[in-house]
Amino acid sequence: MTGKARITLTVNGEPFEAEVEPRMLAADFLRDELGLTGTHVGCEHGVCGTCTIMMNGVSARSCLMLAVQLDGAEVQTVEGLGTIRDMHRIQEAFHEHHALQCGFCTPGFLMTVCDILESLPLRTDAEIRDALSGNICRCTGYDHIVKAVRTLVDERDGAAS
Amino acid sequence: MTDATPFTRPKYVGTPVRRLEDPRLLTGRGRYAADIQLPRMVHLAIVRSDQAHARIIGIDTDEARALPGVIGVFSAADFAHVPDIRAPSRMPNYQATSCPVLARDVVRYVGEPVVAIVAVSRYIAEDAAALIDVDYDPLDVAVAAREASDPAAPRLHEELESNTVFTRRFSAGDCAAAMDAAANTVSGQFRLTRKTSMSTEPRAYVAEHDVGKDVLTLYGSTNVPGIVRDAIGRLLELGGNRFHVVAPDVGGSFGGKGSLYPEEVIVSDLARRLERPVKYVADRMEELTSGSQAFGEEVEATLAFDDDGRFIALDADILGDVGAYSIYPWTAALEPVQVAGFMPGPYRIPHFSATVRGVCTPKPPTGPYRGVGRPMAVFALERLVDKAASRLGIPPAELRRRNLVNAEEFPHRTGSGIVWDRSGFQECLAAACSAVDLTALQAEKARRTDKWVGVGVASYAELTGIGSRISVAPGMPMNTGAETAAVRIDSTGAVSAVFALASHGQSLETTLAQIVAEELGVRPRDVAVVQGDTALAPHGTGTYASRSAVIGGGAATKAARALAVKVKRVAATLFGVDPSDVQTGNGDIFVPGTNHSIDFPELARLVYSDMSTLPQEARETLEVQETYDPVFGTTTSSTHVAVVEIDPETLHTSLRQLVVSEDCGKLINPMVVEGQVHGGVAQGIGVALLEELKFDDAGQPITATLADYLVPTSAEVPDIDVVHVETELPDNPGGFRGMGEGGTIGAPAAIANAVADAVAHLGVEVNSLPITPNKLHALIAAASRQEGQE
Repeated sequence: MTGKARITLTVNGEPFEAEVEPRMLAADFLRDELGLTGTHVGCEHGVCGTCTIMMNGVSARSCLMLAVQLDGAEVQTVEGLGTIRDMHRIQEAFHEHHALQCGFCTPGFLMTVCDILESLPLRTDAEIRDALSGNICRCTGYDHIVKAVRTLVDERDGAAS
Repeated sequence: MTDATPFTRPKYVGTPVRRLEDPRLLTGRGRYAADIQLPRMVHLAIVRSDQAHARIIGIDTDEARALPGVIGVFSAADFAHVPDIRAPSRMPNYQATSCPVLARDVVRYVGEPVVAIVAVSRYIAEDAAALIDVDYDPLDVAVAAREASDPAAPRLHEELESNTVFTRRFSAGDCAAAMDAAANTVSGQFRLTRKTSMSTEPRAYVAEHDVGKDVLTLYGSTNVPGIVRDAIGRLLELGGNRFHVVAPDVGGSFGGKGSLYPEEVIVSDLARRLERPVKYVADRMEELTSGSQAFGEEVEATLAFDDDGRFIALDADILGDVGAYSIYPWTAALEPVQVAGFMPGPYRIPHFSATVRGVCTPKPPTGPYRGVGRPMAVFALERLVDKAASRLGIPPAELRRRNLVNAEEFPHRTGSGIVWDRSGFQECLAAACSAVDLTALQAEKARRTDKWVGVGVASYAELTGIGSRISVAPGMPMNTGAETAAVRIDSTGAVSAVFALASHGQSLETTLAQIVAEELGVRPRDVAVVQGDTALAPHGTGTYASRSAVIGGGAATKAARALAVKVKRVAATLFGVDPSDVQTGNGDIFVPGTNHSIDFPELARLVYSDMSTLPQEARETLEVQETYDPVFGTTTSSTHVAVVEIDPETLHTSLRQLVVSEDCGKLINPMVVEGQVHGGVAQGIGVALLEELKFDDAGQPITATLADYLVPTSAEVPDIDVVHVETELPDNPGGFRGMGEGGTIGAPAAIANAVADAVAHLGVEVNSLPITPNKLHALIAAASRQEGQE
């Protein structure tokens, strides 16, 4: 309600400068100010993981952050992952395994998978399930999501599928 | 030339075609209602009741109105021109409630909309909401249904005779006499607590009024756009040519987006009055306190059987906690009456008697939720079946085998009047049980001391694709038994298939395209399935009640078949052959063994643009509209087997294995069917182990965040084995049976039976779900106290 703050950031490789209210949520900034509506908002209290983005190479919940916290950051959203004509391998794996139904939680899962593929060994399906447990999906029962991630881990590790 | 002509037509129905809706949803290019941004759009916030039952003494809106950026503040008096929402019923002695779009004089649950605020941003609208002061005079409450059903209890609706808004009885044979004469009976009091569908997308609505054309459009996260269009059209006196409802991408519903909501009426009306687009997006707390809720039922039931385990009679008394208002259009009878209707299950039970009552309580209205009535009915009956098995010392699966309706006994009429058509009752039981090594599990159960191991079986049948002869909700005076498909080839040769359905995760853009492609002879990706927009389809209600594949798919089959006949007739004239010689496939129209072959764009050009090649009378419009009404419905059957391990220290129940066998007729897309089963089972796990909406003695909800209302994550859901069983196909155009809800119907009972099996040695029974570690602890403590006293 007081003055606005100026922020500078990079989103999906594109530089942005904006003036935002200090109280504006990062998720609302990305969606309403930048028009990047691929990042969805499911609970606004950090439980469902639907709003997950990558910030400086690490997954983050954009509903628990303020836009001013994005100042100086390098942000990646689902729109920066791949396009309809040229999907990212993670998106393809979800497509092949029918790892989405209504699609609302999907961007959050994709961004989480970006992170865990980089940061975790994910040797067993139980480890994959554990790593995904911060994201809620109400449609798929997770089975096909786990299979998609298993495929990606095997590809990463050079394992014969 | 002839070498290039394909002789075998590719099959699309029955193959795991990858979803056509995926690319946009995977790349953030979908469009959900909350994503819609329109010029001059304003934002709605709602002040909701913080009292369960109270008189509104006054509302002070001055400060809110004075806040810069606030455009309007509205309360009940500002909606005096909008009639109350009432859900009528044909049921005798049914009392309909009146629900104003904003509470008038009295509030009846915490979360009920009281004041609507419109501002230039959602942030300012919420600032203004915090400045509104509503003065309440609390009224007495009877929060629990049993308490509210007492004639002396405080009445929630003064104009009604009682809180009990309906009573219905079912009777077949002579249940009382059969009970008395029976060698054995088992009884129980079973309960499913309240839960909610919790789709990940909160409800969102945007209404836009084109002032010049006087056309109002409501974009909404709904799975029943046709019902919403008809209802709001009546409330606001708008014809369907001046008012459209569009369901864009919708982020799940499971029933929660399947009723008319006051917010839909409010944004629609305000968009016209303000001449600006109005947007409302619920937050999670609003969803958990004002979205429609599920279950809230108690069943007291007795099963009678002879010494061979043959079922003789079933008696049930059902009490439904329907909440403050009778939900539109389904009525308060939707859930509880279907508990009674499905209570006899897939078994031969000659004598049946049930009484069902629905009671208004100061809680959010209950509405449709995946499985409607059946999760409660199956839980109660399947617990009784296991108790009977234990009484007689017969293995639970064997007792089911002795009582399930056999192949030669169809059609079978249950004691409640439902008629099961041929479905794989016995086949599903056998298939599910053979996927689990029951003998090895029994041995392991006896051996293990570190974990309590339990196995549970549950069989059920459900009626899907319900036609016009049966009300989807008991007594509801609305025909939901038909859907229409309009399949057309335009002048570019492209195929569109238009439906009044509203996919919200069911993959209809793919499965309906598979059906049309199969019948017409094109590829699935050539077919654009258009749905979820009332402007494009004159009538049709939406996607719910496991109906879209059967009814929508039936209409698609009929329409595409009829269009293929036209296509072949036109091509036959062109080729100078008999229409029966013409085939279509893979986008080509051809005569096998000849060089007669054209594609759909060429056919369209000849019909629509070329005025010389074909005679005028042969240039048929390449468009067919067909309606399909199954009249009755078709039976889907299934058996679930669950294996659980309970940690004796923490009492945490983990699911080790879950097997589902299901007869859903012909599979359109096996991958999609599996996904539907998995998702349904995951929600069934929530019902069994986690999900519970709790209220305190004053009616205050105490599970208003996802930290309090727990839903299954990937860590709680095991791999799920799905075994497809196909018996005789049902008599409908595609041979399909509905299967979207089933996972949630069978899993709670199977898991409850597995937990009961695991703790049987402690003298503990599982009669209420969810069975959480806390509840299990209390049961075990009570049992050991009782043992100590004996």
